[in-house]
Formats: sequence, C-alpha cells, structure tokens
Amino acid sequence: MALAFKQETFRNDYKYSNSPNAIKRFPFPFAEDQYMYSVNIEPHVKGKTGSVSEFAFDVDEHYVGECLDKQLTLDLDRGRYAALPHMMDAQWDFVELTMEALSNDYPEHFSLKKEGLNWTWENKPLNIKQSFVFGDASTMPMDPFEFMSKQVQGDFVLLDQRDETLYADAGFVTSQADWSLAFDVGMSWREWHAPVPRATELGVMDRALKYLLNLQLGSPVRRLNWTMTVNPRLDTSPENYPLWGTDRNTVNPENVADKVHLRVELQSLFRLPRSNGIVFSIRCYLMSLRELSSYPRWAKRLHRVQKTMHPDLIEYKGMTKFHPMMVEWLSQFDDGSAMAVGTQPE
Amino acid sequence: MSMIDIKVAAVEQVTPLVKHFTFVKRDGSPFPAFSGGSHVVVSMNVGGRVHRNPYSLMGSPADTGAYHISVRKQEQSRGGSVFMHENVEVGTSLQITYPVNLFSLAKKAHKHILIAGGIGITPFMSQLIDLNRLNANFELHYAFRSPEHGAFADQLKAICSSKLHCYADSKGERLDLLALLSKQPLGTHVYVCGPNPMVVAVIETARNLGWPENHIHSEQFLSPGIGEPFKIQLAKSNIEVHVPAEMSMLEAIEAAGVEADYLCRGGVCGRCEVNVLESDGALLHHDHFLTDAEKAAGKKIMPCVSRARCDRLVLDL
Repeated sequence: MALAFKQETFRNDYKYSNSPNAIKRFPFPFAEDQYMYSVNIEPHVKGKTGSVSEFAFDVDEHYVGECLDKQLTLDLDRGRYAALPHMMDAQWDFVELTMEALSNDYPEHFSLKKEGLNWTWENKPLNIKQSFVFGDASTMPMDPFEFMSKQVQGDFVLLDQRDETLYADAGFVTSQADWSLAFDVGMSWREWHAPVPRATELGVMDRALKYLLNLQLGSPVRRLNWTMTVNPRLDTSPENYPLWGTDRNTVNPENVADKVHLRVELQSLFRLPRSNGIVFSIRCYLMSLRELSSYPRWAKRLHRVQKTMHPDLIEYKGMTKFHPMMVEWLSQFDDGSAMAVGTQPE
Repeated sequence: MSMIDIKVAAVEQVTPLVKHFTFVKRDGSPFPAFSGGSHVVVSMNVGGRVHRNPYSLMGSPADTGAYHISVRKQEQSRGGSVFMHENVEVGTSLQITYPVNLFSLAKKAHKHILIAGGIGITPFMSQLIDLNRLNANFELHYAFRSPEHGAFADQLKAICSSKLHCYADSKGERLDLLALLSKQPLGTHVYVCGPNPMVVAVIETARNLGWPENHIHSEQFLSPGIGEPFKIQLAKSNIEVHVPAEMSMLEAIEAAGVEADYLCRGGVCGRCEVNVLESDGALLHHDHFLTDAEKAAGKKIMPCVSRARCDRLVLDL
C-alpha cells in the first residue's frame, strides 16, 4: 500500500503531528513502571505487519518532511556529515544495504535495477534517479554514504572494528539527541559513551561492546532509547543549542501536553559485509504527551516511569526544567492500580 | 543462528592433503559479499552427530556467485576434516553460517606483512584480493613443507607477483623472522596464520622488537581436543550432560537439546562464554579468548574447546 507523505516542518512553525495510525504504531519503550539502563538488545527480526520493525528501515508518513529537514540542517552545517578515508568500503556497504532494503520493502516508492556493477536507483517520493557504477565513487554526485543517508529517515554512524573496539569513523547526523558527530568522529566506543551516567559503573557498556564485536552478518539487532524533547524538533544538536535549549523555559502547565514530546530512538545495528564494519542506525520518533495520552495505558505508564526517574537521568536527559510539570500532567491518567508488564497501547 | 543452505559445486584435490571446495547457494541466489580474512562454520552430519568446523573463505570477496574453502585432512581428526575429504562430493548439501571475520585487515595500516604456514594460507587468499583492490603496500611470506604441499603457489604468484616470497622446507629455505620484522617501517602490521610454533614465533619476535600489540594479528582455530570424559550439570535446564572423550562440551550440550550461543567454535570469538557456578576440580581452558586472570579465576569457560577434570561442574545454562 502506498504511503501518504505529509508536508511537515521540524523547526520554526513546527507543523508536525502524528496520524492515529502513527500513534498506534509508535515504539513506546516502557514495559515496566521503573526505568533503568540495560543492554536491551534484541534481534532486529521482522516485526508485525504495520509495525515500525516490520522492515529493516521503517519508512512512514513523515518521510518526505524528515528528508527535507535533513538537507536543511546539513546545508546550514556541513559538519553534520563526516567520513574518514578508510571508510569507503563501508560507504558502499551502506548503499547496498539501504537500496536493497527500501526497494524490496517499498517497491511502490523505490526501485533498484542492477546490471552487474551498473546500478540505477530511483526514489519517487524525493524525485531522485541516479545511475552509477557500484564501487566507483566518481559516478556518484557526492559520497555514496551521504547520497543514501539523505534518503533514509534517521541518523547513521559507520563503525570501524579494530583493536577489539569500535570507532565512529563516519556519520550523517542531523537529528541527534544532544550529541555531536564533529566531536565524536574518530572516537572509540568507551570514549563516546563516557558521558553516560551510571551505565559505565554497571558494566553495561562493556557487555554491549562485547556483544557488538560479535555482531553477525545477516543477524542485525535493535534496541530502543528515549528522551523527552520540547517541540517536535529533530535537530537538537549541541551545535545549535542556542536555537532549542531555551525552549525548555517556554513549557508551562497549559502547554506542557503539546510542547513536550516523547522522543524514541529505534537504534539498529547491522554488520556490513565488505568492510566488516557496522552501521548504527538511529531512527527518531516524536509524539506529544497529548498524542500519547490517546492511549491512557501509555500515559499511566509514563507517569510512573517519570515519577521514579533517578535525578542523574533527569539531568542527563535535559528534563530538569519541565519534569515536575510533565509528571503533574500525566498524573491524571494514573489511578494507582497495578499494570501488567508490556509496551502495548491498550 | 541464521544459516545458509549450500550445495557443493566443485571439489578439487590441490595437494596430497588439501581439498578445495566450491559452494553455491541451494536456491541459486547470490551469497553476501564479505571482507578478506572471513570464515564460515560448516555444519556436517557425521554418523548422526553434527560437526561444525570453521574454514576461511578463500575466493574473491566480490564474487557473490560462489564461496570457496580449502580443507586439510587432519591426522588427528575427530571426523570433520575426514568427512569433508571422504564423504563430501559435487552435489552434497551442507549448511554454513554467514561469514564472520575475526582476522580482518587493519584499514589504517601503512604496510601489511602476511605470514602463512601450510594451510594457514587460506585466510590470506581473500585478504590479498582486498589489498590489491585498495592498492595497499604488502608482502606475503608463505612457508610450506615441500613444493607439492605449496597449495595455490601459482595462483598466488598471479595475484601478488613480486610481493610473494615462498619458503619450501624440503629445499632448506627458511623465513628469517627476525630479519623480516626488524626492517619494517613504522605503521606496519603483521598477520600470521599457520601451525602453532610459527604463530608463537611471529608474535614473540614482533613483541621483542617492540611492535605495538595492536599491530600483531594472528588467527589460529583450535579443534576441540580429545580428552577424558566428564559430566556437567546445566543449572537453568536442570539436566546432567555426559561429555564423551571425543566430543566437545558445546557439542554435548547441543546433543542434549540445549541451545547454547556460539560463533567460531574454535576458542577465538568469545561468543559461547558461559558462567561456571560450581566446580570441584580443574577447568582445562584451551581457548585464546579469556585472559590468564579469567582462566585462573575459574568463573568462566568456553565450552567450544575447553574441558574439565572434576566430579562436579555446574554451568549457568
């Protein structure tokens, strides 16, 4: 079935909303009343029809708006894209992975024709048609990784595996939850995770690294991460902090339900064949508290999760300013009765 | 674990002890591309018992039409290599894992020195194609018993031309490791695959010359050794499993119907690591994964290659 893409903006006038179907399929991350870090990694296998994990890369109603926003952010700051020279094999791996996935899973929107190494890619929603020689970067209008990163929702980091760790050696990052590619590029796993509170002490990062070093071709994995964002803004980068950081001061009890958004990242990791690298895909989903409360079970659960949140995490996730208002607004959905484990909306 | 169904498209006797196998996918679709130095684990049914052995992929990583492996018939085989030599023929169906690379090229190296002994040449066959494609600076040093055992020497000459240096033991030709490794420029990485004494010699020589540890790479798959039989208790499954002399702990656990994680099955990758809850004797660690301190602590074991000498061993499985 062809998707209907919406005209949306993720800055200034913020013309963004979720259709009832988009709300229903939202990857709500809280199965239990209390949240704590864990290595919540599971196989990235085909989920239910219509769910965000039905396909390797989810394309939804926000596709065109998000791709336009990516281009805007990149035009304002070229530093959002970086690729170290030894990552060229990984760039082509990424092109193959995404073109094959999108053309197989959404044939009405994307097509890929191959004659040996002569490939032709067509992206109908963005009106792009490109013929190129696979493996020959001179036949592409830009870096192959940049070319396809612009055509898939989410951020992408290409990791090189060496010295028993992973290095973030290439990336296209325009919808990040307050971290910087320009700062992190070339860093190792332990270096770029150093700011995460409590996780290092718990050994979570070491266990996750060990697991990922053995990530297998053909067996991708995924996990969900989350934060809360004021306004449906994709580009909450440290570089542009002056543009969005003060938005936290605009939240009041009247607008909290519409301003504050649950921001969920569907993070997936795929081993890449030629480079033996890994692509880390970070796909962002945004839903306002009001949209979320159309399923009272979710609002009730989020209330409990937020009410019991560790202060370090409230600070780390940048929620300090509006956290009490959010908890207060959500409390109307919580009757105090016990809830079964699970993330389902109803 | 995702497996690929394959059938054997060709078998070739390359040396008196080495056979070369060509695999194609049973459904005719292409294989995934892979990176130089990758291996697959081949699953074979030997007299009702499943054997799983790792073999390096030795064709071109860009050739997705077929995969190639070479198997040396091991003198002290537990059955796997003999089965490949005697029972596998054109048309045989087998299952393999997706490629795994535990011996990848260092992409930022300025120069690569590859050192192979005997059948240890196999992981380099695919790496050489990558190195040529990337226009990298490299040398291949290939030592073997005698010219008839120098598998693939002609093929290698075509790929490497003057970068190939062969050493036939029968002709008294010796690789002088000290001379080779002492004259390399900064930024050189060394890779070795071959019999244990050779691997140890390369690692020791490089270390003694002050090479950084992360510039020294080796791959050495172990076969699960034959040992004394013993018994294990699996705590989560609540069963007792007998490990016979010629079976690995991992194989015995699998034969008992318990699913255990694994990847290389050669003591290298660490995926099958399992917690030891109780033991009243000696753990016989044979793997290359756990640190000496971890081995001494006795809290973890790699069931793919390691064994135990004790009356009671309880695993967290």
